[in-house]
Amino acid sequence: MSGWLLPRDRDPVGRTDRPIRITVDGEPVTGIEGQSVAGMLLAAGRTSWRTTRSGAPRGVFCGIGACFDCLLTVNDVPDVRACRRPAADGDEVRTQSREETA
Amino acid sequence: MNVVIVGAGPAGLAAAEHALRAGARVTVLDQAETPGGQYHRMLPEVYAARRPDRIQHGRAEFDRRRRVLAHPRCRWWPGSTVWAFDRAEKRVHVLRGPSDGSGRRRLTLVPDALILATGAHDRTLPFPGWELPGVYTAGAAQALAKGERVAIGGRVLVAGAGPFLLPVAESLLGVGAEVVAVLEANPASTVRKGWSSRPWRLAAHAGKAGELVRYAATLARHRVPYLMGRAVIEARGADRVREVVTAKLRADWSVVPGTERTYEVDAVCVGHGFSPQPELAVAAGCVLDDGFVRVDTVQQTTVDGVFAAGEITGIGGAITAAAEGAVAGRAAAGGTPDAALLRARDRARTFAERLAVAHPIGPAWRSWLREDTIVCRCEETTYGELTRATEDESCPGPHALKLGTRAGLGPCQGRICGPTVAELCGGAERHHRPIVQPIRLGELAARIEGEPE
Repeated sequence: MSGWLLPRDRDPVGRTDRPIRITVDGEPVTGIEGQSVAGMLLAAGRTSWRTTRSGAPRGVFCGIGACFDCLLTVNDVPDVRACRRPAADGDEVRTQSREETA
Repeated sequence: MNVVIVGAGPAGLAAAEHALRAGARVTVLDQAETPGGQYHRMLPEVYAARRPDRIQHGRAEFDRRRRVLAHPRCRWWPGSTVWAFDRAEKRVHVLRGPSDGSGRRRLTLVPDALILATGAHDRTLPFPGWELPGVYTAGAAQALAKGERVAIGGRVLVAGAGPFLLPVAESLLGVGAEVVAVLEANPASTVRKGWSSRPWRLAAHAGKAGELVRYAATLARHRVPYLMGRAVIEARGADRVREVVTAKLRADWSVVPGTERTYEVDAVCVGHGFSPQPELAVAAGCVLDDGFVRVDTVQQTTVDGVFAAGEITGIGGAITAAAEGAVAGRAAAGGTPDAALLRARDRARTFAERLAVAHPIGPAWRSWLREDTIVCRCEETTYGELTRATEDESCPGPHALKLGTRAGLGPCQGRICGPTVAELCGGAERHHRPIVQPIRLGELAARIEGEPE
């Protein structure tokens, strides 16, 4: 089991969902407008999208922009913190490795 | 007077309110798209939540607070990153646009007074396996649950030190996660001693008692055990966390042998208190004490015209932050904070002192570490490499240590490992980052726009 987005009909805050779709390394991932890229990936069952110098997998750690563990490439711009970036419909996201951008 | 406030959390919003009352023109900047900071974290506007109060504590208070942003003398700049402060010209350098994007607008502001209310992030001590995906800070779990309604996992263990673990557990339950346990590393005797002496001095925080009762009731209803004197000492899994090992701790946080227990989980969130985010204060040349920005009786830093409020001056929670912000706002606008504001601030600070005494970090936590435990997550510097470098005579002082081991030289620039490396290797924590936030070279080369009207 991994993360998820609480279904709208079970959410007591009474929210409105506007579906959006992004691609991650070409694969479609769906979510709702307002989610961060990190939130969308976690809710889609992914826990990592970056590799370190040693090749170890990393995803979200601090969730508020301090740790830089969740870096990925959005629309060809590398090193975007997934936890800080609101996802936009049609975003093309690529996972990245430390070697690639070194 | 033009007052620029960096940070729209409880401290920044209170500062804005009081600077406006004193007649100033105010600009409030925040990296986030919505005001509130981490404490009053809002759901995205597009969620159009009909009942946001169901998950946001003190919603009425926050709604009152954020109204200052609509004041005719207040400019509100969300999505704005302050990446540098020029000491000589007192110039604040701002990037406006999508986080970490390219082609953000580059602007500068030259305020009469600057108020820094940049807050804090979770402090997490290292332990074997803490770098595995599926291990999160408590703040990350909270931000995703409260700010997006995303659960970090199905079976989650919450561990660390401090009262913040309770709202985190509540938020996780609120998005349908199973919380297998909440572990406070300090034994009950330490916590009790810290909180209960002269309780009347905590009058400013009377509401906190009610909040604690509510958390306790929520945990009980979901049959979540709250255990004291127990910590996560290892996370295990090949590609991601699959299980965690917890152990009973003594008061100094050394492990009681034979008390290990393993939990099967798919996520774990850990927080051992908070680290201030003083980068801008350091850029401005402010003196720090033990990592926190030094302020005088009216919250002015050691730099004329630069004020600080909230977690960067000491970890004390939202009430303390707002009380400090009120004083800072009034003083930065050229007013004189009245006795009532100062008294409220001083009373609120009692909470910060108690928090530190009731939920300390025990020095023996380093006994959890192994030779190959990663300390610097970015550069994957291990505990063994650090201790060897510290003992090496050719590697004297923090600068050589950094260059020799690369600890603190990765993308986070020591934000996460800084306090830990300083504690493990001795010496003061270093905060010499001329660039407060990363900026792209193209943006650096871009034309600077002056202050827009």
